[in-house]
Amino acid sequence: MPPEATEVAPWRDRVGTPGARAAARPSRLVALWQFCRRKPLGALGGFIVLVLLIMAIFAPWIAPYKYDETIPGARMKAPGAQFWMGTDNLGRDVYSRVVYGASVSVTVGFGAVLLANLLATLIGITSGYFGGAYDICVQRVVDAWQSFPFLVVILSMMAVLGPGLLNLILALGVLGAAAASRVIRGTTISVMQNTYVEAARALGAGHLRIMVRYLLPNVAATIIILATIGLGGAILAESALSFLGFGVPPPYPSWGAMLSGSGRSFMYRAPWMAIWPGAAISLAVFGFNMLGDALRDVLDPRLRGGGGRPVS
Amino acid sequence: MAIPSLLIASLIVFSLPRLIPGDVVQLMLEEKAYGKDLEDLRAKLGLNRPIYIQYVEWLGHVVRGDLGESLWTRRPVLEELARRLPISLELGVLALLFAIVISVPIGVLAAIRQDSPADYAMRSMAILGLSVPGFWIATLCVLLPAIWWGWSPPIQFTAFSADPWAHFAQFLLPAFILGIASAAAIMRLTRGTLLEVLRQDYVRTAWAKGLRERVVVLKHSLKNALIPVVTVLGIQVAQILGGTVIFESIFGLPGMGRFLFDAINQRDYPVIQGVNLLIVSVVVLMNLIVDAFYAFLDPRIRY
Repeated sequence: MPPEATEVAPWRDRVGTPGARAAARPSRLVALWQFCRRKPLGALGGFIVLVLLIMAIFAPWIAPYKYDETIPGARMKAPGAQFWMGTDNLGRDVYSRVVYGASVSVTVGFGAVLLANLLATLIGITSGYFGGAYDICVQRVVDAWQSFPFLVVILSMMAVLGPGLLNLILALGVLGAAAASRVIRGTTISVMQNTYVEAARALGAGHLRIMVRYLLPNVAATIIILATIGLGGAILAESALSFLGFGVPPPYPSWGAMLSGSGRSFMYRAPWMAIWPGAAISLAVFGFNMLGDALRDVLDPRLRGGGGRPVS
Repeated sequence: MAIPSLLIASLIVFSLPRLIPGDVVQLMLEEKAYGKDLEDLRAKLGLNRPIYIQYVEWLGHVVRGDLGESLWTRRPVLEELARRLPISLELGVLALLFAIVISVPIGVLAAIRQDSPADYAMRSMAILGLSVPGFWIATLCVLLPAIWWGWSPPIQFTAFSADPWAHFAQFLLPAFILGIASAAAIMRLTRGTLLEVLRQDYVRTAWAKGLRERVVVLKHSLKNALIPVVTVLGIQVAQILGGTVIFESIFGLPGMGRFLFDAINQRDYPVIQGVNLLIVSVVVLMNLIVDAFYAFLDPRIRY
C-alpha cells in the first residue's frame, strides 16, 4: 500500500461500505496528482485530450456559427476579432468548423479503436491461449493482412464500403486489429507462464473462465495502452482518408477534408484555411501520443520502446 | 513462410477491388461506347464468368508474368508499372534513407544522454513527428513559399534523361517529408533498445576494460540494439509505400501510388490488382531481406 493509504485509513473505519467507497476516491486523486508530477508531458497530453473531448461533445455551444453556415459578405476574411481563424472560400467560419471537426475525429477515433481492440483482444487471447494449429492459421492471416501498406488497404476498403462515418470506423477498426492482436497475443503467452493460470486449470476452470477471469484482467493494461496510442493513429488515418476524399463526405467538417477538395486553390489567397485544421490534427494526435507514452511507462514498463512493440 | 502469406495476399488483392460498388462496365458505357450494350462489353472484358475462374486464370497469368491490361486504356499493366515503379522506388528509397540518416544518430545521442534536456527535447520532437500529418506539412511546403517568395515546386515531371539534377531535386522535398514519420518511429525504437543494451553486463565489462565511449556505444552496443530496429524497417517500408499515394498526388509525380489512386476511382480491376500485388511482393521481399540481415547483425542466428 502506498503511504497515502494511511492518511485515508481512519475514514474507512467510520462507516461500512459507503465509507470504503469514499476512501477510494481521495487515493485516486492522489494517484492522478502523482502521475502529473512524475509525467508532466503525459499530463499535458491528458489535458489536450480533455480539451478535445469537451470540444467534441459541446461543439454546438462552443462554436459561434454552425459548421455549414455561410456568413454573407465574409469570404476569405483574415483571422481577426470576429473570425478567430478567418473564413473560407464559401464564407464559413474556420474556427467553428475546427470545433465541429473535433467531434468527427473523436467519433471515428473512439469507434475505430473500440472495434479494433475488441477484435484484437478476441483474436489475441484465443490465439495465445489455444496455440497449436489454430494459432498458426490465425497468425498467417494476420501476417498477410499486415504486409499490405496501411493506406493502400484502407483506400481499397473505403472504395468498397463507400465514404461515410460508420464505414470509416469499420475499415479503420478491422485494420487496426491485426497489429494490436499481435501484441495482445504476446502478452497473453507471457501471462500464461504464471502459476495461477496452472492453478486455475488444476481447480477445474474451463477455457472460457480462464480466459475471461484470469488472462483478460492481466492483459488489460496492455489493451489500455494500445488503445490510447491507437487513438492518435486512428485520428491521423481518418484525416488522411478524408484528405484523399474517402472519408466523411462534405459539408460535414473533417479536419482532413478541410485541407483538400475545392478549397485548395483558394489557399494561396487564404493560407489560414490550410493552417488551422492541420494544427488541430497535429495537436490532437500529439495529445494522445503523449498520454499513451506516459501511461505505458507507468502501467507496463515491458512495452517501452517504439511503436507499441514489446522489446525482447 | 513467404509463399502462403503471398497466396493469401493474392486472394485479398483479387477479391477486394471486385467488391467495390459501382460497376466498371456501367461507368465505361456512360463515358465511351466500347460495346453494343452491357452484356456485350462484359463478355469482351471477360467479366461475365464466375469469379473463381477469373481468379485462377488471373493467377495463372501472373505466374507467367502477365498482369493483364487496363480496362480503360487497354495498355498492359506490367508495361505501365515498369514505367512508374522506378519513380515510386526512387521516392521511397530516398525517404527511407533520410529517415535512417536522421533517426539513428539522434536515437543514439538521446540514449547516451538519457534524461538530459537534450533527450527530452529530442523525444518530444519525435512524438511531434509522429503526430503531424505528412500531407499537411506537404501542403504548407507547397503553399507558404509560394505566398512568401513566389516559389513553388515544379508541377511538370522531369525525366532523368532530360535533366538529371532537376530530376533528382524534385524528389528531395517530398522524400524528406515522407521520411519524417518513419524517422520518428525509428528514433524512438533506437533509443529504447540501446538503453536496454547499455544496461547489460558485457557493456559494463567493456567500460571496465577502459574502452572509450565511442567504442563501447558504437561497436559493442549499437550493433545489438539495431536488431529490433531492422525488424521495424520492414514495416516502415510498407508505410512509406502507402504514403507515396498521397505524396505523388501533391507533388505531381507520376508514380505507382497515383496510378493506384486513379485506378480505384475508375474501378480499373487489373490495375488495382497489379499495383497491390506488386506492393505486397515488395513488402514480403523486404521482410525476407530483413530476415537475412539478422544473420549479419547477430551471428548466433542461423538459417
